[in-house]
Amino acid sequence: MPQVQVNGRFVPDMKSPRTADNEEPAAERACDFRPVDKGFTKEMALAEAERCMDCKKPLCVEGCPVNINIPKFIEKIREEDFGGALDIIREESMLPAICGRVCPQENQCEGKCVRGKKSEPVAIGQLERFVGDQPELASKPKMAPKNGKKVAVVGSGPSGITCAGELARNGFDVTVFEAFFTGGGVLVYGIPEFRLPKAVVKREIDGLEELGVKFEYNSVVGNITTADELFEKGFDAIYVATGAGLPKFLNVPGENLPNVFFANEYLTRVNLMKANNFPEYDTPTKHGKNVVVFGGGNVAMDAVRTAKRLGAERAIIAYRRTEDEMPARRAELHHAKAEGVEVMPLVSPLEFVAGEDGTVCAVKVQKMELGEPDESGRRRPVPIEGAIEEIPCDVAISAIGTNANPFAKKIGGKMELNKWGYIVADEETGQTTDPRIWAGGDIVTGAATVILAMGAGKKAAASITKAAAEGQI
Amino acid sequence: MYKILEKTQFSEKVFKFRIEAPEMAKHAHAGQFLMVRANETGERVPFTLAGWNPEEGWVEFIFMVIGKTTEMLSTYEAGDSIKDVTGPLGMPTEMAEGPCAVIGGGVGLAIAFPVAKHLVETGHEVHAIMGARTKDLLLLEDQFRELLDDDHIHITTDDGSYGEKGVVTAPLERLLQDKAVTQVFCVGPVPMMKFSAMTAEKYNTPITASLNPIMVDGTGMCGCCRVEVDGKTKFACVDGPDFDATKVDWNDLRARQAAYRTEEGQSLKAYEEANCACHRYR
Repeated sequence: MPQVQVNGRFVPDMKSPRTADNEEPAAERACDFRPVDKGFTKEMALAEAERCMDCKKPLCVEGCPVNINIPKFIEKIREEDFGGALDIIREESMLPAICGRVCPQENQCEGKCVRGKKSEPVAIGQLERFVGDQPELASKPKMAPKNGKKVAVVGSGPSGITCAGELARNGFDVTVFEAFFTGGGVLVYGIPEFRLPKAVVKREIDGLEELGVKFEYNSVVGNITTADELFEKGFDAIYVATGAGLPKFLNVPGENLPNVFFANEYLTRVNLMKANNFPEYDTPTKHGKNVVVFGGGNVAMDAVRTAKRLGAERAIIAYRRTEDEMPARRAELHHAKAEGVEVMPLVSPLEFVAGEDGTVCAVKVQKMELGEPDESGRRRPVPIEGAIEEIPCDVAISAIGTNANPFAKKIGGKMELNKWGYIVADEETGQTTDPRIWAGGDIVTGAATVILAMGAGKKAAASITKAAAEGQI
Repeated sequence: MYKILEKTQFSEKVFKFRIEAPEMAKHAHAGQFLMVRANETGERVPFTLAGWNPEEGWVEFIFMVIGKTTEMLSTYEAGDSIKDVTGPLGMPTEMAEGPCAVIGGGVGLAIAFPVAKHLVETGHEVHAIMGARTKDLLLLEDQFRELLDDDHIHITTDDGSYGEKGVVTAPLERLLQDKAVTQVFCVGPVPMMKFSAMTAEKYNTPITASLNPIMVDGTGMCGCCRVEVDGKTKFACVDGPDFDATKVDWNDLRARQAAYRTEEGQSLKAYEEANCACHRYR
């Protein structure tokens, strides 16, 4: 650890700066889909690992939703035992290469890091990613003997694959049913290549297959099979992790004009169907010159940065509050702005306007100002009377959130749903009102984060393992 | 991979594939569809389920060559495999009791047939109105004739090369006037569905249309297939594809269907250039 001499004693240098991220220059990276962040080199990782103070009561561990033993894996990095570091992470998380990249660490582990109080927190996410990217160094996971029980996992997003991996390690025979032709859920259709390379997701899925997890793709559970049929086929339990993929409407005129997209479609075309490589790939997309994205979350950032990479001259994030209230990660907002994205705060869409060719040519927005705080404690945006502006755009994208996956209700069983279509499940165990069905991730909580979905998958796996041990399933 | 068990050619540009898909065959209903991705670089394209057999474990779909994907699919033979086939998707067709007219236009006849068959099997009296631009494009006539008596089959061609010269609304209007049918199902090009809807509405007869917007995932995730029905936005892939035809905003559907016409042309041209004989043997 870097030390300084204070009053004749050597103490840790609390002001030693955090090792800077290894980023591609903004001007170059904004032209293509290569990863923005190249990750730490070995030297950078070793230098950053030195900054960890190995706290007796590590708050960072509390900040991690799956409680990875952070000081211990960082200690292994200092010892240059990267395989050992990965083994420690894998005791709690099967997907370090993904979480190291997409977790909002500033609100989780790094947000709690003691060093962050005086200067900058340890770059835990970067260190986790550094070891996660070297899976060949890890030991083979310890597998429990087969217990003869079969579990069906519905959905292969972060929650489903975490649950599947844990269950396989615990001796279950696991089959994952996925509606798409490939696994990963939002990790493959939602989060762009420049934030999370698809090769990393594939590597993690391949790893699960090596553990014996089976994947049935193109399987829309609810239509192709139901909970009752899965039980008839010999499955002992089901974990439902179908996510919250149904886009929310803006409910303004012109929303259905051609070239007005929901972010899900815009991102799926590029991320999953590779529309950026059209016509080598068959799926086309629209390369707008002027693109407006409504929303202030990570999905909005992903959409606007994608638009920039597809050649937009002007790419705007239009948000009804101000930058300070944006739910997106600060790093993503910072990246977007560095890439030339324009932020237009305090506007709300009123109407999409059609041009002569019948596609969108402009959007009328209502200007807002911040009023009194609402129930969430954030100041409520209030329209400024008569302040209406028309912004020219040839592509408009709505990224204001999503609702429950509509297939959850078709799965059946005795599982209860709330009035918004989300599954009712025990917070601690993930068990639903049907004792043989568990659920977790966005289909229980509504749209949240990758790591929370993973945490829910882990809890459910533990609960299913316990139920099997106690002979309840 | 999904194996093609049988390929049938109906006309120069219209083909039927029978695909090995046992789970889908067990759960299929009339009015539902499947999504196909032909190969690794392929796009996802929806096709209506045209037939299925749960005992033998296959499903069928009919397609007309109109662009890159369908042109490429037409080169696939029995024994070849399609990369991905997902389904059944969408809501099954629902019809009340009573005699019905099933209208199919062009390749829409492939969609109308399983619906007609389902209606016959559930005890309905069915009139089939079969429309095509010209005789060669009239699909499934043999199958319809096997299903229905000749006096329940009404054929129109735009150019008069077969059956009655004109469009499907003429026989529809006669059936409605005679009160021979109490509900109508239609599927085909937008103008055909629109005018069928206007005709049925004139006689206060309920009419359902199977809509065919562009789709990407087909499971309600992206909203590419959204349509305006009774002033509300609906997702055809999960809320439909069947809707009350008198409430559909046809202009909106047509505009959204045409959104990628330029790109579709580019894609087809690139494919044809790469695959035409003069390039291949050069």
